[in-house]
Amino acid sequence: MSGGVDSSVAAALMTDAGHDVMGVTLKLWSGPHGEAPTTGCCTVSDAEDARRVAAQLDIPYYVLDHTDDFKDGVVERFVADYASGRTPNPCIECNRIVKFDRLLRRLDDFECDVLVTGHHVRTRQSNGVWHLMRGSDHAKDQSYVLSMLTQRELSRTLFPVGELTKKEVRRVAAGMGMRTAYKRESMDICFVGQRDYRGFLRDTAPEVFSSGTVVDTEGNEVGSHEGIVGFTVGQRRGLGVAVGEPRFVIRIDGGTSTVVVGPREALGVAKVYLDQLTWTDGHGGDGQVMAQYRAHGEPVPAHLQGDTLVFDEVQEAIAPGQTVAFYDGDIVLGGALIASTS
Amino acid sequence: MIYLDHAATTPMRPGVWEAMAPYAAEAFGNPSGVHGVSRRAKNALEDARELIAELIGANPLEIVFTSGGTESDNLAIKGAVQANSGRNGLVTTAIEHEAVLETADFLKRFGFPVTIVGVDESARVDPDEITDAVNEETAVVSVMMVNNETGTVQDIAAMSAAAKTANPDVLVHSDAVQAFGCESIDVDDLGLDLLTISAHKFGGPKGSGILYVREGTALEPVLHGGGQELGRRSGTHDVASAVGTATAARLAMDDRPRFATEIREVRDRFEATLTTGIPDLQVNTPTEGRSSHHLNVRIPAVRNETLLMLLDQRGVCASAGSACQSGAATVSHVLEAMGLSPDAARESVRFTFGWTSTAGEADEAAGLVLDLVSRFR
Repeated sequence: MSGGVDSSVAAALMTDAGHDVMGVTLKLWSGPHGEAPTTGCCTVSDAEDARRVAAQLDIPYYVLDHTDDFKDGVVERFVADYASGRTPNPCIECNRIVKFDRLLRRLDDFECDVLVTGHHVRTRQSNGVWHLMRGSDHAKDQSYVLSMLTQRELSRTLFPVGELTKKEVRRVAAGMGMRTAYKRESMDICFVGQRDYRGFLRDTAPEVFSSGTVVDTEGNEVGSHEGIVGFTVGQRRGLGVAVGEPRFVIRIDGGTSTVVVGPREALGVAKVYLDQLTWTDGHGGDGQVMAQYRAHGEPVPAHLQGDTLVFDEVQEAIAPGQTVAFYDGDIVLGGALIASTS
Repeated sequence: MIYLDHAATTPMRPGVWEAMAPYAAEAFGNPSGVHGVSRRAKNALEDARELIAELIGANPLEIVFTSGGTESDNLAIKGAVQANSGRNGLVTTAIEHEAVLETADFLKRFGFPVTIVGVDESARVDPDEITDAVNEETAVVSVMMVNNETGTVQDIAAMSAAAKTANPDVLVHSDAVQAFGCESIDVDDLGLDLLTISAHKFGGPKGSGILYVREGTALEPVLHGGGQELGRRSGTHDVASAVGTATAARLAMDDRPRFATEIREVRDRFEATLTTGIPDLQVNTPTEGRSSHHLNVRIPAVRNETLLMLLDQRGVCASAGSACQSGAATVSHVLEAMGLSPDAARESVRFTFGWTSTAGEADEAAGLVLDLVSRFR
């Protein structure tokens, strides 16, 4: 229970259905003196909201300390990814490593049968196989961030709010008089807070700011920079390069601390090479897929061969580190990390 | 429910609430006033002060009413180092309550000399280390009487003597929050200048505490204002709480012999059942010099967070020592100071017994712990 409306309603729906429910909030991040964040998604007031909702539902409630898992698995990786010129999605890693691995492993210890979350996704079982599907509310669908779940996780997890639209979720919460019914959604990365991620990196990992050069696609030096973490693929503003036509960040080379800029045409990506490819049912393979490489992007047709994904049409501004999810209609087939692009 | 978290707080003793009630209602007067309803409140306040003074061998003017143990610790330490004595240093230990350690950290940030003395594997302080740490700039030495997490009892008289050997002018403070009602407390015998007591730990109301301040001790107040408590602690008196504190203190002192016998036996019985049933159990509470009612144990390979949740669901209330605001269990600084690894500290659980504890409860709770542990193994 994050303290948001979705997990509040998830808990309420399970309680209403007559299950024995207990609520947990994961403590994932704390400042140097152990203080909880005050902005972002894991704040003290969020935990208090979760606690109060649990009290309203009359279910036991606990705060579980997963700060070490989060630091090792999510934050350090986030820093390392930026340092090497990649664009990580820490929320995906948090789900994959903390919620659907470390927490799920503790279910038996807690004498629980299933984990229930407030994600907007649905699952269906057919012929003994669990399928992950987009949430009923496509605008709020979170299947992209859960695209690396497999049978192990799906068989022990329920997503009751995925069957509802966000509006319906709020209506259920309001109907029960829940304090979280009209709560604003948090969009910040929890440990970064309201600063931008560069401010976070500057405070916590100043070593990733090493200066380097800005070059054009031909390799000619056109400027300098104070650290590659200041750039993302597709970025146009703040390049510190004065040339006539618009220039974009095309590539970032962490090894040499080089930022490559070029015209818009150079942003084109014909194919991507994949890492950590997983299939929901455990056995996918080569062939035609619909591929989505942004959390709220449209899926595009592509052909998978081994660990190479070739887009039917050239795509624009894809960065290594992003996740790509594969779909068949509303059904998630699997997911992977983008290792490199070409 | 089986309540084994008495060191966190203990139920109010019978009659305390009733003794307090008149001073929340009809005798509502501000004891600083000049009229009848105020005089009645003032009279009750001073009765409470006299009773508490008598129980610890003090005189009434040495008793300062505060909002609890935390405030008393803050006032004792901040008050002593800021008292313009020409000395502004603090010497304390690694196993103190956060009310002392965070105060020490605060003072350090503002440039006050702070020395933290370590402990041995029983959480015991060596008086010689106190002597070594105290110097001409030390204003106050603070050593807790009974540790809240392990129940380790310090020889406070020896600490006072050790401190005063090094510097006769130094003030000696002890946080006796976990000790009052169980240990014998006489401020002269212990050689103390300052002593902290918290009412809710012995069956009084929450939000009420005492700081004993030896006559003649200069103390800069932490709360400035109307000058109540001889200027040592401003703020309108909570007369009902003071009355409740004194009433509970009397009851606790009368009940003290039972802690040395019955309650200790209940704790020992619980400990024996766990020790027999869990061969690799480690008892963090020392064998010698232990309180009558604390038991801190490490159960290898069983995470305390999980065990406490499952015990809670079976109606057994225990704890893992200190908890942060979010309610997540944090690694105990006391166990770390004793040399336990963070992982070992995460496998350590605290059971604390109190005036309502019975042998039947101890047996039932121990049985539930053994049952849960066997399922994890």
